[in-house]
Amino acid sequence: MAITNKWHISRDDLTGRFVLLPTVILTFVFVYAFIFFTIYISFTDSRLMPSYGWVGMKNYVKMFQLSHWHTALKNFAIFSVLYISISTLLGLFLAIMIDWSKLGERLFRPIYLYPMAISFIVTGTAWKWFLDPGIGLEQIMHTWGFVNFKFNWIKTSDKAIYTIIIAAIWQVTGYVMTMFLAGLRAVNHATIESAVVDGAGIWKLYTRVIIPQLGPSFTSVFVILGHMAIKSYDLVIALTNGGPGRATEMPSTFMYSYTFTRNQMGIGASSAVFMLLLFAIIIIPYIRSIVKES
Amino acid sequence: MTIKDTMRLHKTAEVVNMIIMVVFAIFFLTPLYVMVVNSFKPLSEIRGGNMLAFPVDFGVEPWKKAWSEAQIGVQATGLRPYFINSIRMVIPAVFMSTLMGSLSGFVLSKWQFKGDKFLFGLILFGCFIPFQIVLIPTARVLGTLSLAGTTSGLVLVHTVYGLGFTTLFFKNTYDSFPSELVQSAQVDGAHFFKIFRDIILPNSTPIIVVSVIWQTTNIWNDFLFGVSFGDATSQPMTVALNNLVSSSTGVKEYNVHFAGALMAALPTLTIYLVSGRYFVRGLMSGSVKG
Repeated sequence: MAITNKWHISRDDLTGRFVLLPTVILTFVFVYAFIFFTIYISFTDSRLMPSYGWVGMKNYVKMFQLSHWHTALKNFAIFSVLYISISTLLGLFLAIMIDWSKLGERLFRPIYLYPMAISFIVTGTAWKWFLDPGIGLEQIMHTWGFVNFKFNWIKTSDKAIYTIIIAAIWQVTGYVMTMFLAGLRAVNHATIESAVVDGAGIWKLYTRVIIPQLGPSFTSVFVILGHMAIKSYDLVIALTNGGPGRATEMPSTFMYSYTFTRNQMGIGASSAVFMLLLFAIIIIPYIRSIVKES
Repeated sequence: MTIKDTMRLHKTAEVVNMIIMVVFAIFFLTPLYVMVVNSFKPLSEIRGGNMLAFPVDFGVEPWKKAWSEAQIGVQATGLRPYFINSIRMVIPAVFMSTLMGSLSGFVLSKWQFKGDKFLFGLILFGCFIPFQIVLIPTARVLGTLSLAGTTSGLVLVHTVYGLGFTTLFFKNTYDSFPSELVQSAQVDGAHFFKIFRDIILPNSTPIIVVSVIWQTTNIWNDFLFGVSFGDATSQPMTVALNNLVSSSTGVKEYNVHFAGALMAALPTLTIYLVSGRYFVRGLMSGSVKG
């Protein structure tokens, strides 16, 4: 019986697999087949349209000789380091503050988190004009009497990337805070009580007892911020459109402009493959842990 | 439990805590405030004045102009047609991805088979990828299907790349439903679809709300697919807003830009204010619990 049972598939099991089929087929075509197609294109002489002349590693070699790509990598490094570290620290700090506050969760959490519900094109527009030296912050300070105040980073080649970082941190910090707040609520309370009984001060309580228990929250935060950093595109387009010049080029804007406006599809595909590799390093261990958990 | 259950803050510390929270609230609200006040000002008040000041000459002209007169691309149609494009794209895509996600989540949770976890991982991977890796083949396939530049094409793309999230939402929820529920229904002779319709769906309302809110917010706010695969007849609101704001011809009408930005923000912001709790659930299910 046991042996025959093992091979027995009920009608409902079959129905289930059939129901799952569209999702599986769409995923395999639109995700995996498409990834392989893009990888293939990155080894071809495609320009305006996909073409299939094999050129080996030539696109990758060319890409790494382009100053635009160097700018994109440099900006990506600056962006991800500052974006991840500052929003993590700020998010953790705000989560602790909210945890202490009486009105915190009801009143302040919605205020800190609302930027996540809005398009980057909208928030990019707000920040673009708010940071514009002619009408925004600089002008505001002048009308308040600080006539020598200067803030023209958004128009300065070597500073503009930092304005994107400011806006990106502003947008995501509430999300980071929400993740840490959930972590704080899951901390083992007995450990807090015994530390308090032992006379530990607030600083020691957080650094020795509470924060060390937030490991899973830190993992979530780093992975989510890391993959958002790789994907960030809309905000750059809305805020600086890659400028001034191409000073705020990122891998995502490089990919788009080489593929669709400069007609260098092979190089565009190479940059997309590079982004996927970065992404895979971050996300695959993480997806394994989500699947294991469920 | 929160730390308040064990410890009390000193009165001074409580005041400092409050001040910090208010300062950050101001920081987070400033861009929204700037958009609102300046969308009701005449242009001269923005150019010569202080962006943080209230409008002196209050008027809804910028809103009217952004909605129906502003130059978007080559045509002076205002944002209205693009707002409609977004609605026509969001509704079917949200409906289909939620329906397919609930069915897939049900199968992956309650009709296990060899390799189902691996398959789930493969599906999940698809919703996190940097979409630059699929832009070239997607453009080609939409072209082959004659869906390039159409709302239907965008609906297809958003449905497919939303499946990972919706499947995750429903699978996680159904995992907490007792398996006996399904088994006893089977013993009573109920088949797959009857179980799904009579037992699973009636208990799925909260997660359907989460999925609909998450998908609506994501698809409404999308820019990359809209700009890559939309044309003048199908571009969504975000793309039109970007065209309006970044247009280099003519006078920069900041007040009209702000009014347009608020129009693009209002639908998702309203959803957030009305049902923030469900939005947070959607956000959090993409993260491993602590």
